[in-house]
Amino acid sequence: MTTGTASQEVTYVEAISQALDEEMSRDERVFLMGEDIGAYGGAFKVTEGFLNKFGEWRVLDTPLSESGFVGAAIGAAMMGLRPVVEMQFADFISCAFDQITEVAAKNHYRWGAAVPMVIRAPFGGGVHGGPFHSECPEGWFFHSPGLKIVAPSTPYDAKGLLKAAIRDPNPVLYFEHKFLYRRIKATLPQEDYIVPIGKADVKRTGRDITLITYGAMVHLALDAAELLSQDGIDLEVVDLRTLIPLDKETIYTSVRKTSKAILLHEDNKTGGIGAEISALLAEDCFDCLDGPILRIAPPDTPVPFSTPLEEFFLPKVSDIVASAKKLAAY
Amino acid sequence: MDQAVVATDITRSDLLEMYYYLRLTRCVEDRITALYRQGRIVGGVYTSHGMEAISVGYASALKPDDVIAPFHRDMGAFLIRGFSPGEIIAQYLGKKGGPTKGKDGNVHMGDLKRGMIGFVSHLADNMPVAAGAALAFRIRGESRVAFAGTGDGGTSRGDFHEAMNFAAVRKLPVVFFCTNNQYAYSTPMRYQMAITDVAERAKAYGMPGEIVDGNDVAAVYLASKGAIAKARAGAGPTFLEFKTMRMHGHSEHDAAKYVPRELLEEWKAKDPILKAEQLLTQREYGDESYFHEIGERVKKEVEAGTESAEQSPLPEGPDTLVGVFATESEAQP
Repeated sequence: MTTGTASQEVTYVEAISQALDEEMSRDERVFLMGEDIGAYGGAFKVTEGFLNKFGEWRVLDTPLSESGFVGAAIGAAMMGLRPVVEMQFADFISCAFDQITEVAAKNHYRWGAAVPMVIRAPFGGGVHGGPFHSECPEGWFFHSPGLKIVAPSTPYDAKGLLKAAIRDPNPVLYFEHKFLYRRIKATLPQEDYIVPIGKADVKRTGRDITLITYGAMVHLALDAAELLSQDGIDLEVVDLRTLIPLDKETIYTSVRKTSKAILLHEDNKTGGIGAEISALLAEDCFDCLDGPILRIAPPDTPVPFSTPLEEFFLPKVSDIVASAKKLAAY
Repeated sequence: MDQAVVATDITRSDLLEMYYYLRLTRCVEDRITALYRQGRIVGGVYTSHGMEAISVGYASALKPDDVIAPFHRDMGAFLIRGFSPGEIIAQYLGKKGGPTKGKDGNVHMGDLKRGMIGFVSHLADNMPVAAGAALAFRIRGESRVAFAGTGDGGTSRGDFHEAMNFAAVRKLPVVFFCTNNQYAYSTPMRYQMAITDVAERAKAYGMPGEIVDGNDVAAVYLASKGAIAKARAGAGPTFLEFKTMRMHGHSEHDAAKYVPRELLEEWKAKDPILKAEQLLTQREYGDESYFHEIGERVKKEVEAGTESAEQSPLPEGPDTLVGVFATESEAQP
């Protein structure tokens, strides 16, 4: 079991395990389904030891069948349980697209059936996963009313958002960034806490430019902010944390203060979340903007495998620095 | 399967009740079809005309706290689960008094309190969902069963396969069925699969598959009863293939010219109401005057239902915005 004592530093992936463990202990309705999550403990060992602790009917290894087990989670959720399903990689969520967008997302709207379930999806690149193990598929679901979408960037948020997702009465897609799993650590509160869904977090306060991002890109933005501060550019970093429902208030408050906005994400550029926020800013904050709204995102290609290709594909600190300098000139 | 089932295990009152629901189902759908032809129903009208014995039979075999994920030609199940003709017709008219309050149309209705899972147009989508409901029953150790079906066309979809496989692996208390009405919209069986009996598919999942005369309400009831009892006892899922014939078009706009007339003539003689009347007569449970009396009774009920549906208000435009997300209290079973 990865659960440490609360005063110890935990990694991002341990924070996720802790959230699952604590929620399963707190609420017997919570159970897990996914591929290789039982005896093996999951591809990323998030559920290591869970099978022994909670038994085979609360930690279910499923057939290789994403649509089937997401559908089953929907059925179990409607009967009053709180399933948490694991996509082995977020990329495989495409197999369950229909169940998520047509059944889970629409059931409450259509006929009043709440579907309280969580889909955990390890997403993102930087780990040499190639086109099928690196994707950021959140944009597909961003466009489907009825789903909530969260994407934490720190161990604190990872734990608090997962608990909030499990307690939410709606289907929640929980995008956990696998690049962060073992790369960041934090000391978490000893007591039970949640991070409310729908609340962004200003991870760095600044007065010149607002950079809006989420997931692993938050750390890139913070690194860039340190470099930019040496050039006298003060970057404010807004970590969305929740993509749906979007915390427009925090975004607008920040942009109204700085009058300049950069959108950064790891998902492809076209039709991405940055495009939507850019449109919102143009609609609602046009009068306070002092420069163009800029987007930093990968090109419209699949995530390539080979190191130089993936490095080219992923946004870099230098991209942020260049965009910020360009915008600062306005 | 063409031989009449010797319905010795069915009580007189069960048979009479099923006969009543066969007639009520036919009457409700005939009224909906008439309203459609008068241009008062927008959207599709998919009926169970000539296939009523399937949903009436299986829904009668279930207990009230079992759940149903119906096929889209299972009006009898809604009626048996207490959806009134008024509510149902209001649903077709897009009225506020329908189970979805105008959010969705026709057979796309559901209500968890009455154990009905809302139909999804993407056929077979609700089969894994029903397996999941059964999984919840299994996890909590409840003596409940899920009953879920699709059509012959729906069995070509991956979700059918994934549901059958998952339920069999975990021996879940679920019964799957296929309403084999020989056509998926205009596509005949021979272009849908390379086998004659859909029931054969069950073998591949390590699950028993049974062929049942879908026009014989007693046969449907008994086969369902057996499969349900097995599922309830923890012996795992069963797959039932109900053989029948779609007597109308896919939807009422479809004249179904692609269906040979002789095939329809052949199946008209096997009409499920006719078959039920033969059985009732043979067992001296009913006669012509009784059948007439039931006919008058359901006509009155549907008349009253139509009136109440017409009086129900239409939703207001801004109601569109209500209900995308659930509140905590709604997630309590």
